[in-house]
Amino acid sequence: MTLIFRIAAILAALPFLAAPALAAKDTLTMGMTLEPPHLDPTATAAAATDEVVYANVFEGLTRIDAAGAVQPALAASWDVTEDGTVYTFHLREGVSFHDGTQFDAEDVVFSFERAMAEGSVNAQKQIFEPIEAVEALDPRTVKVTLRRPTGSFLFDLGWGDAVIVAPESADANRSAPVGTGPFRFERRVAGDRVELTRFEDYWGEAPALARATFKFIPDSAAAAAALLAGDIDAFANLPAPELVPQFEADPRFTVEIGVTEGETILAMNNAREPFSNLKVRQAISHALNRDAIIQADFDYGTPIGSHFSPVHPAYVDLTGTYPHDVEKAKALLREAGYAEGFEATLKLPPPNYARRAGEIIQQQLAQVGITVEIVPVEWAQWLEQVFKGADYDMTVIAHTEPMDIGIYARDDYYFGYDSAEFDGVMEELSAEADEGRRHELMAEAQRILAEDAVNGFLYQLPKIGVWNAAVEGLWRNTPIQANDLTEVRWRE
Amino acid sequence: MSTDAAAAGAGSGASAGLVIGLAMTATFLAVALVALAWTPYDPVAMNMADRLQGPSRAHWLGTDLYGRDVLSMIMAGSHNSVLVALVAVGIGIGIGVPLGSMAAATRGLADEAIMRFADFTFAFPFILSAVMITALLGPGSVNAIIAIGIFNIPVFARVTRGASLPVWRRDFILAARAAGKGRARIAVEHVLPNIAAVLIVQATIQFALAILGEAALSYLGLGAQPPAPSWGKMLNEAQTLVAVAPHLVVFPGLAIVLTVLGLNLLGDGLRDLLDPRLRTRVG
Amino acid sequence: MSVLIAKRLVAFVLTLLATSLVVFTVMRVLPGDPAAIILGTGAREDTLLALRQQMGLDRSFVAQYLAWTGGVLIGDFGTSYTYAVPVSQLVAERLSVSLPLAVFAILLSTAIAIPCGVVAASRRGRAGDLGISAAAQLGVAVPNFWLAMLLVLVFAVGMGIFPAGGFPGWEAGLRPSLKALVLPSVALALPQAAILTRVTRSAVLETLGEDHVRTARAKGLTRRAALWRHAVPNALIPVVTILGLQFSFLLAGTIVIENVFYLPGIGRLLFQAIAQRDLIVVQSLVVLIAAAVVVVNFLVDLAYLAIDPRLRTGSGDVD
Repeated sequence: MTLIFRIAAILAALPFLAAPALAAKDTLTMGMTLEPPHLDPTATAAAATDEVVYANVFEGLTRIDAAGAVQPALAASWDVTEDGTVYTFHLREGVSFHDGTQFDAEDVVFSFERAMAEGSVNAQKQIFEPIEAVEALDPRTVKVTLRRPTGSFLFDLGWGDAVIVAPESADANRSAPVGTGPFRFERRVAGDRVELTRFEDYWGEAPALARATFKFIPDSAAAAAALLAGDIDAFANLPAPELVPQFEADPRFTVEIGVTEGETILAMNNAREPFSNLKVRQAISHALNRDAIIQADFDYGTPIGSHFSPVHPAYVDLTGTYPHDVEKAKALLREAGYAEGFEATLKLPPPNYARRAGEIIQQQLAQVGITVEIVPVEWAQWLEQVFKGADYDMTVIAHTEPMDIGIYARDDYYFGYDSAEFDGVMEELSAEADEGRRHELMAEAQRILAEDAVNGFLYQLPKIGVWNAAVEGLWRNTPIQANDLTEVRWRE
Repeated sequence: MSTDAAAAGAGSGASAGLVIGLAMTATFLAVALVALAWTPYDPVAMNMADRLQGPSRAHWLGTDLYGRDVLSMIMAGSHNSVLVALVAVGIGIGIGVPLGSMAAATRGLADEAIMRFADFTFAFPFILSAVMITALLGPGSVNAIIAIGIFNIPVFARVTRGASLPVWRRDFILAARAAGKGRARIAVEHVLPNIAAVLIVQATIQFALAILGEAALSYLGLGAQPPAPSWGKMLNEAQTLVAVAPHLVVFPGLAIVLTVLGLNLLGDGLRDLLDPRLRTRVG
Repeated sequence: MSVLIAKRLVAFVLTLLATSLVVFTVMRVLPGDPAAIILGTGAREDTLLALRQQMGLDRSFVAQYLAWTGGVLIGDFGTSYTYAVPVSQLVAERLSVSLPLAVFAILLSTAIAIPCGVVAASRRGRAGDLGISAAAQLGVAVPNFWLAMLLVLVFAVGMGIFPAGGFPGWEAGLRPSLKALVLPSVALALPQAAILTRVTRSAVLETLGEDHVRTARAKGLTRRAALWRHAVPNALIPVVTILGLQFSFLLAGTIVIENVFYLPGIGRLLFQAIAQRDLIVVQSLVVLIAAAVVVVNFLVDLAYLAIDPRLRTGSGDVD
């Protein structure tokens, strides 16, 4: 009897089984290079975590869109007082978490206080540093009082580290994330993939995708093969620039070469001889040939002349400040008293871009008489020795956080750079709310860094997006670490 | 019966192996010597315009990601292999042989302690020790030498002990002891010369293993560092380029295989030549 | 026999104790702060401090060691810093890749090596022997990671029959999972098979020369019967020894091969855990690996007794 029932059920289901072939596809499998350690974006600096859950599972009061602009998210609107120190957020109605609990002002207060608390393990705790108090005025209204005006506050609240979590589920978010986003966490297969499904009670417009899978493929050859075989529909940032021509020639795929927020620099220890000498830094800048360095990364990087993203509206092209000129570099070294050159170490963290650029820089600096010893270091050692201890001469590193030019104003930062002029510009910028004036200040800041040749500014890391030609709505650039799937759909 | 003829046949086969092994090893050493003075191109000079070219008349084995000449890099890379292998085997002999001799000479507690220590060292796969050592001291050829050298110590200790024990039971040793010679002196004057053949054979084998080990470590990024060319490092850099530049994978690997093969043939041939009793034994 | 087991048990405990102390010390001495790796470059000092406290890294060396070993004794290996899951769960997941890989490699290498070695020995000096011996000599000289890259070049990039790397997970089905393990197993097995072939060949040659085999021949057994009934079983002892010794090499091999093929196994986990300073995972893995090596060596000794009854009456020492 059960057998007959089963056959009947299968027969009945047949038309439905055939149906999806006619309708547009509503599932997407996206490849990523790195696997997230866990899925709580408020407790890790791992970009991979944000790349899975940001905007998909978790939302903040604001969100960052594909162009890098601030958009309302869980806060439908906000008022800011004239002096820029009090923000009143008006929260959306009818928002619920994936576990069915209602979202209200108390959740915002909880999330912020959790991140600000003494035992907080939030990787970007400084986002909350300006906050003096968070109050729930009523279930739909939150008042945030700042210690001082902070021009980037709304942008900062759009970071993955500032998403809103519920007190009922916060502690379990690492393995079973519960947010308010359009996708619900379905399951994780460690070492392989994370699966999300559409959240039917989502407050906003329902996404076109019913299911989304993030699949982790660290090997570039395997990633390319999986794309070609159709096992994955998209790779947000293919780790294999050498294979791009193959995909560009294939009409089944769309290739979008965008930029990340990763400024790749040859960082120099400005606090240490001989890099404390402006002429030496200028000489090194002249000695660097960006084109050759970008070529080693298969020509997909965008040259930069300062520490600023080339896709930001306030970007100024300063790549001509110290053009590649070996003779000029030698002359500057002579003037600085290093006619015979000098010896220095170059500490390289593990990523390919750093190791490749490092080998080339070693060659380029040798041409002006600087003998570079390459010291490869693990991440752990880089963080400890270079970043924390500032025990280094030079290093190659990509600073991947969005809008991070402010790091040059920090006192104890590992660059060892100290400029009253730059600090003044940054101070004015942080208190400035007018967008036009902010852009002027950002341009000014870029110019100061370029002229001071603080670091060797190399190139902006590319984002090599490859996906099925029928998929649309994926981001070209990554103004913030995210794979926002809300707008993604299959073309009919 | 045909046994003798077969043995003779194998014997001549083995000596053919010895000749081939000797020739290959000599070639390898000759290339290393030549590379000291001359390579077709500067092995570290980059030329981005010529990068990732296949084999051609200008570059017999092609060029790498930075436009460096692969043949020149392989030639210069032999230095790294020789250096690491020599010193690592030297460490193994320098510490392992005295330990093994002592174990065989004294037996008892010291013997037990040394052999348990050897067991303990063997319990760690050498890649594991190497990873830990390089994490501790940072990557580089010196640390590859230390990691491989440490692994060689128990190898030589065991071989020395095993080969020494029967020698200690021989009559002339008993005579020397009766004459009042100390154990240490007997070990150096009488036992060591008698086991030299075994040690030479083992050294050849360990030399080959050290070259393989160095290649594996450099391949994992734990060994030689730029700009020094190294075969393992060349393979490391070739890994992501398998699909676009297969020649970068093939040639450095061939260099490793030919060198190790030559050394192994030499080792086997020497074993047959120096100590026919060992002929049928391996390891 | 019981003396042997008791001796081995003491050695086992001592080895594990020494291993745990060594690895624990090395991991604490390593430069690098696990908290800094998790929280990255944007983290503030007080956040790092809080996380270190959460992970128990603020306690004294001795307290940390005792807490960890105490946990291990009751089967609690702790929680991974990086993945925030119990280490035992992590290890179990990764073993589901590494164990099949190692087993396939051992099976494959034995399946190739024993017939080849026996055939070579029985045709000593003839073409078959020379061919097999030459191939074995070559196989010993091939680094497994290079073989792996060549296999990828030919079978993954060139012909597209097998995946170039990665592992779909057993839930994705038996076929794709097994397919992902084919090239890694072959890359691991062939160099091992070469060594084993040489050992088998010389062991069989040696036993062929022994008295009881000669006697058997004299009694009128055919060459073939004498070979398979007398020579081969006796030759298995050195073969098993080498198999046991090879286990340690095999473990080292899986570390390398898993990294070549990006397989989420024990070797890759260990490699990554060291880089990420996931101390608790590294400690547990190293102790488990050392335990596995010691246990396998012990099993090899037991196998001696099973294969060769003569040893049972002898002294307990099989050194």
